[in-house]
Amino acid sequence: MAEARIDVQVEHKHAPPPPERKHPNTCPKCASHYRDDELAEALYVCAHCGHHLPMPARARIEWLADDESFVEEATDVRSDDPLAFFDLRPYAERLAEAELNTGLGEAIVVGQATLDEHPVELAVMDFAFMGGSMGSAVGEKFARACDSAAERGVPLVSVTASGGARMQEGILSLMQLPKTVCAVEELHDAGVPMLTVMAHPTTAGVLASFASLGDVTIAEPGALIAFTGPRVVQQTTREKLPVDFGLAEQNLRFGHLDAILPRGEQRPYLSRVLRLFAR
Amino acid sequence: MTPSGDAELRLRERLGRLSALPLLRGARVSGEAVRLRRQLERLAADTTDEDIWRSVELARHADRPYTMDYVERILDDWVELHGDRSRADDGALVTGLGKLDDRTVALVGHQKGRDVKERLDRQFGMAYPEGYQKAARVMEIAERFGFPVVSLVDTPGAYPGVAAEQHGQGGAIARSQARMARLTVPSVACIVGEGGSGGAIAIALADRVLMQENAIYSVITPEGCAAILWRDAGEARKAAAAFKPDALHCLELGVVDAVVPEPAGGAQNDHDAAAKLLKAALAESLESLDDVPGDELRRSRRAKFRRMGVFATAENAVFPN
Repeated sequence: MAEARIDVQVEHKHAPPPPERKHPNTCPKCASHYRDDELAEALYVCAHCGHHLPMPARARIEWLADDESFVEEATDVRSDDPLAFFDLRPYAERLAEAELNTGLGEAIVVGQATLDEHPVELAVMDFAFMGGSMGSAVGEKFARACDSAAERGVPLVSVTASGGARMQEGILSLMQLPKTVCAVEELHDAGVPMLTVMAHPTTAGVLASFASLGDVTIAEPGALIAFTGPRVVQQTTREKLPVDFGLAEQNLRFGHLDAILPRGEQRPYLSRVLRLFAR
Repeated sequence: MTPSGDAELRLRERLGRLSALPLLRGARVSGEAVRLRRQLERLAADTTDEDIWRSVELARHADRPYTMDYVERILDDWVELHGDRSRADDGALVTGLGKLDDRTVALVGHQKGRDVKERLDRQFGMAYPEGYQKAARVMEIAERFGFPVVSLVDTPGAYPGVAAEQHGQGGAIARSQARMARLTVPSVACIVGEGGSGGAIAIALADRVLMQENAIYSVITPEGCAAILWRDAGEARKAAAAFKPDALHCLELGVVDAVVPEPAGGAQNDHDAAAKLLKAALAESLESLDDVPGDELRRSRRAKFRRMGVFATAENAVFPN
């Protein structure tokens, strides 16, 4: 009996905090729960409190692109494992899991489409695929989207949702920053605009490369848009953080965004901007 | 394959690559080549984890020469330029003009501090957006007057603070890279200590990218990577061994064009010798870009970075759908 008591004590002392694993269809802000079809119908925005839940890339493309207009490109580009990276689990296993869970080949989907009959190139990221992290494959797919847009002379609409560069590809992931920056420069040299929608979260390597180079940049309400996230800033500098630190609202106030728009208003806004850039 | 057979195969492959290692003029004239080769062979022969960690320690060595140590040994007529003409002068990133041999160059480089006060003043070499804006301003001068751009990279990363975020750290790093991607003057960057993530690449999008023998170049600090993937910053050694930030691996992966040798035991042992080797490497790199027209420089610089990365196609993907 005594032994059993001790065991219980130890377990309590070291018990990890209860995991806050909520169902993906449960709003993290107000805990309202939705059926799959309800959530998709509401563009993954909580009908009760207006919180923007992560929107899968495929759903976003289906909503942004005119019916049947989307033609996906670079579908064969996949991640490799050049460093044979192994942390607690092999990188290859994490990739396989991400593919199975999301049904995507990578954390970005690119292709041609029309938006309100404006021909565009779409590059849409999906946070569910390894935190939307950018490795060689994401960099390559984004660069190919720039090529395709430049070649056809149509605007690039890019939607970002990413935790940053993918650590499992080491320095090669860092090299995707200059790679995507160069791709955007070529796009701009071809006289083609880039419109950027920053979804939650747009941070680190993606914010420090192509996401920040849009000609017009909007964000979703409450999205975290920061090079360094609040936890790391707090741990490193011990500074007291403002309540809206790193959020879209603060970024707008400091001049880093053109607008913050709820998801439902983004499509008409993009359409209007595309009209202005149309030649 | 047996583990030992596998190791031997890896070793042979490494040695094969090493024989193709581009040796800079500095290495030839100083007789460092043989020593460097021997050292690199030893690196390939050992289980590399220890050596990778040694690079991490040497790259952060308190006596390692910093940008200003190189500036006073490499450049004549140095004039430091201060301020981003908008908000501040960032001490973490030094900019200025000087003569490298007979030609004027614009230099940008991270500067850590030697003593506690200087370190605090210079934020340990971690730049604010203002630092990158200052660099962009000086690159503007270089572009206008045809001066080559030399950048020396030595930072743990961009400054992770509240004001830095409010002033647009991510955007500043992106635009600094974009500025370098537009240059029509020659540019050469050298990682001389820590090449830490976005803070490093912001000034390293250059025609030639060099790396000192004991420098590191990485997507995240070993501690940061360990904290995220191992959930324990104490596992930094394991993280470094996994993501391989050392010069040899960066060369193998095509991220840097050449490795610049250091004096025996590391640059911290002899600043003069380290500066001499670095100067020779920078001069040779600039010389090789001398007769290239501006448009061509820009085109091939962008093409080079566009090729970076290793990916699969669905036919041979690790796990095809």
